[in-house]
Amino acid sequence: MRNRFLRTIFVALTFLMTLPTLAWAEDAVETAAEAAPKIDTGDTAFILVSTAMVLLMTPGLALFYGGMARKKNVLSTIMYSFIAMGIISIQWAFYGYSLAFGPDLGHIIGNLDWLGLKGVGVEPNPDYSATIPHQVFMIFQMVFAIITPAIISGSVAERMRFSAYLLFIVAWATFIYDPVAHWVWGVGGWLRELGALDFAGGTVVHIISGVSGLVAALIIGKRKGYGTEPMIPHNLPMTVTGAALLWFGWFGFNAGSSLAAGSLTTIAFVNTHLATAAAMMSWVIVEWLRHGKPTVLGAASGAVAGLVAITPACGFVTPMSSIIIGLVGGAICYLAVSVLKGKLGYDDSLDAFGVHGIGGTWGALATGLFASKAVNEAGNNGLFYGNPDQVVTQLIGIAASWIIAAVGTFIILKVINVFCKLRASDEEQDAGLDITQHGEDAYTDFPLAGSPLGVGVPAAYAVGIAVKPALQNKE
Amino acid sequence: MTKIECILRPGKLESVKEAVNKCGIQGMTVTQVIGCGLQKGRTEVYRGAEYSINLLPKVKVEMVVPDRDVESVVKAITGAARTGEIGDGKLFTYKIDNAIRIRTGETGKAAI
Repeated sequence: MRNRFLRTIFVALTFLMTLPTLAWAEDAVETAAEAAPKIDTGDTAFILVSTAMVLLMTPGLALFYGGMARKKNVLSTIMYSFIAMGIISIQWAFYGYSLAFGPDLGHIIGNLDWLGLKGVGVEPNPDYSATIPHQVFMIFQMVFAIITPAIISGSVAERMRFSAYLLFIVAWATFIYDPVAHWVWGVGGWLRELGALDFAGGTVVHIISGVSGLVAALIIGKRKGYGTEPMIPHNLPMTVTGAALLWFGWFGFNAGSSLAAGSLTTIAFVNTHLATAAAMMSWVIVEWLRHGKPTVLGAASGAVAGLVAITPACGFVTPMSSIIIGLVGGAICYLAVSVLKGKLGYDDSLDAFGVHGIGGTWGALATGLFASKAVNEAGNNGLFYGNPDQVVTQLIGIAASWIIAAVGTFIILKVINVFCKLRASDEEQDAGLDITQHGEDAYTDFPLAGSPLGVGVPAAYAVGIAVKPALQNKE
Repeated sequence: MTKIECILRPGKLESVKEAVNKCGIQGMTVTQVIGCGLQKGRTEVYRGAEYSINLLPKVKVEMVVPDRDVESVVKAITGAARTGEIGDGKLFTYKIDNAIRIRTGETGKAAI
């Protein structure tokens, strides 16, 4: 039975792996009758480097979150992000990219013409990027698709079972991320056609991940002991390291979204940095005023809040506007995690909603306030540049993304819950998700506490759960 | 023989070790512990959430000394560990029946 299952999997994988080959064969048959747009080596080099930088953000996020988790949950928290680099990459290559950027179906979703990267070759696709190979654009977008579901894990950390999480992020990427990416960035997408501005993913990445995180946190429920036990970050240097990697990678995220290496790239790069610096300062100052001490976690969190807030606006606003966006972003994200969360009583473990949901929403709105065609002719003027309609357009985009994220996440989690428990039991939470979900311990305090069982022997852990009877009876 | 067990401020460990060595006592066991007594805790802030940390880090030092040295060692420890503020710690003494050096099998005072 097991062998037959493995054989079926093997055959299916073999078939799927031949899809790109078939696609290449068809590409070869197609004549290059039309004059292809010319590849620019500088642009291509920069976007490839940006892709690597954005990929590094996901391990950065893993460290940022991992340091804030408790010692017994650090590995599981890291794994939530790290595994996305594996599973979402495959999903994107097989069908995610086609759904998000493929030829339009009713302004809602891409069709499956690019299934298995069929037709996605090294010639540029002028619809998206006329100066870089289509595959470079595809993989640049892939790293965005990877980090977005990983952000959600910050809301459900320390209590969501890994198998349920894995099912969730694949379904979420398919039914929420891919459609929203198509709405905002895809040719024919309804929000793009409406004129909604989102330079690098304020809506597509941050709003939908943050809102989905909040909904997931509400459905799964609070961590055992939330509000009665201290749930204090176990390693803030790890968190700061993660924040630094995020800051570094975000230059690829935002500046790379210009899909070139030129003047607009520079604008996005500078704005990214200034907003981040401003948000770090505003978070720290507000915290200092309220609690009497400027905290390191506040500085790291403020920086991330600034990065989030400037993301949709970075290619449309002036440097001074970016500073204002950052200052406000840092302060409101601080208030969201320290006041709003307490008042409403939800358990957003590591504040994915407070930082990404709120910061992304502010950034999308701020784009409608501060955008200027003098900065980017391809954009639009915002309220402060004489165009109040842009605020309305941005609000429509915000509302649409909030709704699909909330409703979609609710449905996905309810369906998954039919097949698989979402929440780790109280005993599993007491023991920690590192041991119960992954069979590992991040910090072995006392290595002499155990003895080898032998190669290939299934491990059992003395945590009072899931211990195999055969091992229980061992003398 | 008497066992002396004291709970100290972590910052006082070095001066206590030095003071005890001057009394001719070399053997001791040191453990990092947390605990509370009369000392108030401290407040920590994480993203605007305040936590009262009321179990504070201390070090526990244990040593077994001959009865004749107990008074001088206790005096040395208390002198070295005292700041005069709440939180200086506690010292306890216990009577010990016997001690055995595992390597040689020696017992009693010869083993400490």
